[in-house]
This record gives sequence, C-alpha cells and structure tokens, in this order.
Amino acid sequence: MCETCGCGDARIVPVDVHDRILAGNDKTAAHNRSHFAERGVLSVNLMGSPGSGKTAVLEATARALAGNRRVGAVAGDLETEHDACRLRAAGVPAVAINTGSACHLDAEMLHRALHHFPWQQLDYLFVENVGNLVCPAVYDLGQALSVVALSVTEGEDKPLKYPVMFRKADLVLLTKIDLLPHLDVRVEAIEDALARVMPEPRMIRVSARTGEGLGDWVEWLERAARCP
Amino acid sequence: MHEYSLVQALMHRVAREAESRGAVAVHRLSVRIGSLAGVDPELFASAYSLWREGTLCADAELVIEPVEARWTCPRCGQGMQPGAVLRCPECGVPAQLSAGDEIILDRIEMEVP
Repeated sequence: MCETCGCGDARIVPVDVHDRILAGNDKTAAHNRSHFAERGVLSVNLMGSPGSGKTAVLEATARALAGNRRVGAVAGDLETEHDACRLRAAGVPAVAINTGSACHLDAEMLHRALHHFPWQQLDYLFVENVGNLVCPAVYDLGQALSVVALSVTEGEDKPLKYPVMFRKADLVLLTKIDLLPHLDVRVEAIEDALARVMPEPRMIRVSARTGEGLGDWVEWLERAARCP
Repeated sequence: MHEYSLVQALMHRVAREAESRGAVAVHRLSVRIGSLAGVDPELFASAYSLWREGTLCADAELVIEPVEARWTCPRCGQGMQPGAVLRCPECGVPAQLSAGDEIILDRIEMEVP
C-alpha cells in the first residue's frame, strides 16, 4: 500500500475516536434518566441471578408500599410473561420485555417498553432485569439506583466471583434469609466479600416470605426518593 | 454473551465513521477493555470474527489493549492490593476505581481512496 509517493494509491487514514463503544446506549440511558427525573419517578434497576428472588421481593415490596406509593414494574426475561403476570397479580402494573436470546436489557429496550406503559404516574418504577449476574451490569438503563438481589442459597463468594455486578450496586438485598438456619452460609463472609468489591458496601437482609427486613428496604427506598 | 451486542455497537460506529470519510476498507481497530468492564476479550474477539464478514472490516485486525483494574484512595492516592477491602487503610475513605472499567474504541485505521 502506497502512503507517501502520491501515485494515487489509497491512503491509510487513522481516526482517533476514544469513545465508549456503548456511547449509543449511554445516550438513550441519559434520555430515559431525564424523563424519570422530570416526572419525579424513582427508577430502580433490580438485577441478580435467576432464582435470586427478584420477583418475590417486588411482590413483597408492593404489599409493603400498597396504599402509600404507586409502584410499577418492567420485567425482562428471555421468554414468557410469567414475572409480569405475577406482579400484576400482586397489584403492580407490569409489562414484560422478552429479549429472545439477549442476556440483558439495554436502554433502548426499556425506552420502547415504556412507550406502552403508564410510567409517568408512578412513584417507583422497578426494572427487573434478566436473571444474570454478568451482562446486565454492563448496560446503563437510565436508572437512579442499581440494586442486586443475592440469595443466601447462592453461597458466600458470589461477590468475589462477579465483581462487576456488585461494584456498581448502590445496594445489595440479601434475600431468602428465612432459609439461613438450614444452610452453612455465614452472613459475615458475604459482608466481607462485598467489602472487597464494593467501595461503599450496603446490604439489607430481607425475606419476602416472612417480611423480615422489608421495613429497612422500604425505608432505604423512601430516603433515596427524598434525596435523588 | 453480551460481547456479541457490544461488537454490534462497535461495527455500527465503525461503519458510520468509515462512510463519513468515504473509506473503502478498514485496516485496523484498536480498543481498550478493562478487567472490571464485564467483557471477556476472547469472546469479544470471536464475536468480532463473526461480525466482520462481508463488511468493510473483513480484513481488519482487531487490537485489544487490556487494562488492569486499579483502585486508589481519593485522598492520599495509595493503591489497594488486589483482593483487599476497598477502603484506604490510612485515611479510612472508600477507594475509587481509577482504571479498569473501560470499553473504549480508541482508533480506526481506514483506507481512503
């Protein structure tokens, strides 16, 4: 390839970009975020492994907030409307996003789903992400808060194994704590693991089944809503 | 495997830059991926090898520069040891991630007639 002699051969042109590969997603996320802020809707991206209890926590949260706050949800799954149906049965207006084979939600998927959903009237919008402890952490949706549901049955070292997810979390909900007496899991070991991946570790222990800890979780949400 | 959709975003960006300059081919792409970005460089490279077929990048080399995570104290600048608690042992303040979450397209080298 001739670059210097002026013989008319093609030139190699270097173009410095230095931009995030996900700049397009970031832009849509910023758009979502400004919509939520304008309407005073507190948006929460709820992430966690499949079976970590995300939907159960949201059902319990809806019960705890019933009559006081308007709660809605967007539920992401590869297939089925099961989670959205469960949430609607719990009195939460909910819409499903079926991602097909995609392992995460992105800002554009959320934006499209909200076009068909009366989110503007809500106090809290929960986005239940696809059950996955890796990919959802990479995509900003425009949420105000990132919360990770981690169930006690997942063991003590998940934060160390999946640091990307926990690093960005504003809060970890340790779920299914009613099962602790039946397990060889030490909560202190989970807390220690979190301190090594989260610069400001915050964890609330909850049980959707017994209602334990839900008061603390709701109080945390209410405080965040007051000081966005 | 979100690496596939990351490469899709990369290819859209590269196509836009190439078209705006009338490029006929891309020779090299340089990207930076941090160890705490949640991206597996090998999966990223294999997704790229699938995506580039039939595009301007068909013969373009992909150069991935890995970036190690670095947590430092925002007050005294001390670095945290890998695996340590993310709080400065001297100042007691939470550490900050100063490198390692990059998913950056740095440079495109393209052939312009």
